[in-house]
Amino acid sequence: MVTQEQQAVTEQTPSEDIDKVCLWVNGKPLHVARGVTVAAALLNARHLAWRRSVSNTPRGPFCGMGICFECCATVDGQERVRTCQVLCRDGMSVQLEESR
Amino acid sequence: MEDFTFDVVIVGAGPAGIGAAVTASRSGKSVAVLDDNVDIGGQIWRGERTRPLTREAQHWFDEVRRARNVQWWCECAVLGVEGPKQLLVHDRSRQQLCRINYQSLILATGAVELFLPISGWTLPGVFGAGGLQALAKSGYSVCDKRVIVAGSGPLLLAVAAYLQSRGAQLMLVAEQAPWSRVYGYALHLLVYQYTKFRHGVSLRRTLRKTPYRVGCWPVRIRSTENGLQVIFTDGVKYFSESCDLLACGFGLVPNTELAQLIGCRLEQDRLVVNRRQESSISGVYGAGEVCGIAGVETALVEGQIAGYHAVGQDRTAQRLYRRRDRLRRFADRLQKSFALRDELRRVPEPDTIVCRCEDVTFDQVRDLGSCRAARLMARCGMGPCQGRVCGPALRFLFDWKDRSVRPPLLPTPAGVLCEEYVSDPRDSP
Repeated sequence: MVTQEQQAVTEQTPSEDIDKVCLWVNGKPLHVARGVTVAAALLNARHLAWRRSVSNTPRGPFCGMGICFECCATVDGQERVRTCQVLCRDGMSVQLEESR
Repeated sequence: MEDFTFDVVIVGAGPAGIGAAVTASRSGKSVAVLDDNVDIGGQIWRGERTRPLTREAQHWFDEVRRARNVQWWCECAVLGVEGPKQLLVHDRSRQQLCRINYQSLILATGAVELFLPISGWTLPGVFGAGGLQALAKSGYSVCDKRVIVAGSGPLLLAVAAYLQSRGAQLMLVAEQAPWSRVYGYALHLLVYQYTKFRHGVSLRRTLRKTPYRVGCWPVRIRSTENGLQVIFTDGVKYFSESCDLLACGFGLVPNTELAQLIGCRLEQDRLVVNRRQESSISGVYGAGEVCGIAGVETALVEGQIAGYHAVGQDRTAQRLYRRRDRLRRFADRLQKSFALRDELRRVPEPDTIVCRCEDVTFDQVRDLGSCRAARLMARCGMGPCQGRVCGPALRFLFDWKDRSVRPPLLPTPAGVLCEEYVSDPRDSP
């Protein structure tokens, strides 16, 4: 969920660059190119892993095409969304379990 | 829950699905194409709708723009079969479940990559071969990253060349098949499919600065301060190479889940189709990789054949039979060139994870005897991927062929399933 405060910020600064959108990753803004998937945007932000497996080891994207579920995160409040199958949208909130 | 009805429904918007949709729509009948991805093009033309990289892709995306009567539904997952000639579909872009009715169904569900368990393959920075390419096509910048591409199949060179074109520094391409097989493959292309041969030569030329090692395969991946260290063997000696990203895949396997769920006959993991591209179930067709790995050209021809037959234009379809038969013959022969070697079955170590979703190790499943037992006793294949990754691996490692497929085909939030079934008064008993 995007808080009102976050919404206000994105609405103030939407058109600085029309080719960019602003994601909220764990509450922090991340400006990324329009048309990229959330997984690609997170990888570009130097996160290689953002999930913990059932035995608590770090995991990140693997198959790139929506079959392995390794790249899942909470997107706009929806849990376990495959980030490689979702395009970044302005104001989207992404909650990661961890990042490194 | 909303109902939609189309004359022809196509599952998969890769080359086979596009070929089928374009030809079927020429008859004036209504066509819908469903795809799980964010845009059409499948894996091979991922991200190319607005900027195609080949003349072929350009041509077909132009055809797509010209095609009337076609609805392209992306971000749509087929969850199951609701009734006769009816699919249950989760449309994520509209956040709803719906029923889709069809007269003819064309399965163009493509293929998935075959991943083999290697010690360390769950480390961040390890991807599938097609996987890393797909992520790069989706906007991941691999510029200046040191990349190793390993595994098997003609895809490796294509992936390596693509990543290099995006600025990656290719350290090594490692193919498990022996020289004799790779030469045989090249020779076959030279004699029978010269355009493909030239394509292969140009890929190799693009990668002239990258070592292409044949007859070696990865056995272990370690995480170091300096990225990843990958240990390879040729069966006798070992050597290691460092990288930031490892792209590793061992070929493709047909994606037959929906075909299996509908009850179509499969053989050796492929959907069985007749000359009309029709499966064992009347009105259900198959085209492209789901009928056996054969590449984009075959997928396009088969898609067109299926599209014409699905709307009753049998004569037009028949004109494409010879071309299809020729391509299929070559594909079957070429698949053998990249047959996986026995040694790969001995790569997993006792504590190597086999099922990535449930972190089940090789040791926990090796003596269980079947996928079913592995599922029941060790939870192998019980995670969100539903055995999409470990299923094909278990089939290769132990020859277990009993991977089960059940609805919903993709994990779906219970809220979506419940709300939709309850909130619509028409659905209440």
